[in-house]
Amino acid sequence: MIAYDYLKPKDLAETFKLLDQHGRKAELIAGGTDVMVVVKQSNRSPDTLISLRGIEELRYIRKNDGYHIGSLTTHRMIEKSTLMQNELAALNQGAAQVGSVQVRNVATIGGNICNAAPSADTAAPLMILDAVITLKSRQGERQVPIREFFVGPSETVKEWDEILTEITIPEQMGTYGTAYCKHARRKAMNLPIIGVAVGLSLNTDETIGDARIALTVAAPTPIRIDEAEDFLRGKSLTDDILKEAGLIASSPECCSPRDSLRCEGWYREDMVRVLIPRVAKEAAMNAKSKMNR
Amino acid sequence: MNTVSISFNLNGDPVVADVPRDWTLLKTLREVFELTGAKEGCGVGDCGACTVIVDGDAVNACLYPIPEIEGKQVLTIEGVAKPDGSLHPIQQAFIENNGVQCGFCTSGMIMSAKALLDETPEPEEADIRSAIAGNLCRCTGYVQIIESIEMATKHE
Repeated sequence: MIAYDYLKPKDLAETFKLLDQHGRKAELIAGGTDVMVVVKQSNRSPDTLISLRGIEELRYIRKNDGYHIGSLTTHRMIEKSTLMQNELAALNQGAAQVGSVQVRNVATIGGNICNAAPSADTAAPLMILDAVITLKSRQGERQVPIREFFVGPSETVKEWDEILTEITIPEQMGTYGTAYCKHARRKAMNLPIIGVAVGLSLNTDETIGDARIALTVAAPTPIRIDEAEDFLRGKSLTDDILKEAGLIASSPECCSPRDSLRCEGWYREDMVRVLIPRVAKEAAMNAKSKMNR
Repeated sequence: MNTVSISFNLNGDPVVADVPRDWTLLKTLREVFELTGAKEGCGVGDCGACTVIVDGDAVNACLYPIPEIEGKQVLTIEGVAKPDGSLHPIQQAFIENNGVQCGFCTSGMIMSAKALLDETPEPEEADIRSAIAGNLCRCTGYVQIIESIEMATKHE
């Protein structure tokens, strides 16, 4: 039988106090679309759920010396935001493909990241955007680059007494062209078989200035593919070059997808090879349209 | 189990209830207010049979912790028709266009459609498909449902 207490603090100070009181027996809940499912399916719940949903100060998207996204910002807010659509396309696309409208209306980006599913749709976009995660606790706060945030499936560096408050993206990332592809069997209500995000900046002669590639479901955590990124820098945007980047990224040195219920590892590898050129082309188009703006 | 006293607006009327803290909105609607239009299908946010509108947004009532509903405006299928009983154009269109077969998904479908049309009165077919992507129907194959929603936009 489920029997948990449900507490609704009004601000961060009260939340830290409650965390202190209940310690590890409490768990934080935001939109609840992951936490509630685990509680219902396992018939096991923490003694206490501490809800962050009343903390309105953590619900915002701002551009001001970088992009600032409050952890309680819903996927729907990111999906509808014209700022996100125009400037951080990959993140907009990732958020817009989570679950259903009903899920996106309540599910938060902070929750998506803290849940740390290897398939999280906002993770690959945030990886190419060099997002920085702000974790606050009673003792103070620290900033963690997203590349160091994920430790394993459902595991992050966040301590039990810390709260993810903001995701910050450097302002220069707004000049990159970015794109995200969620490869799944269905168009909605599905987790990706593989997730691919690419960010490109182009030089005036349309050669590649900088390249960022991130994959989800290709390893126990979201990963960046440094080898393929290094290969692309300075090269021309040709089919052969992009194809080579796909080959590099799908090699065993770069990714290690596993067999799972959703599909076998070899297919994921194949799709990394196929999708990287496709997503890179979309990112390049996005970059060109920004240059012409 | 300790309860929480909740006051919110339900289909236009202010209501108050004492509910166990670990209940969901769906359980409260069905067991306290006896509004059984919202259904429990999967219970984990996949099927959309429990869809209701909270402050203008379609949500899965089965995943909505009841303490979160304090002060909110909740609209269920029972509040969609006018008080005199005349049906909403979406309801009328579902009837005229065979958008209903077994009926289990219907209230959720209509709530998702209403949330869409309230915000986007003239949606493209792609918008309709996206709006009901979280509502499973195992009878119709969705074609009549999409046509019903398209028809409703012309009624309005």
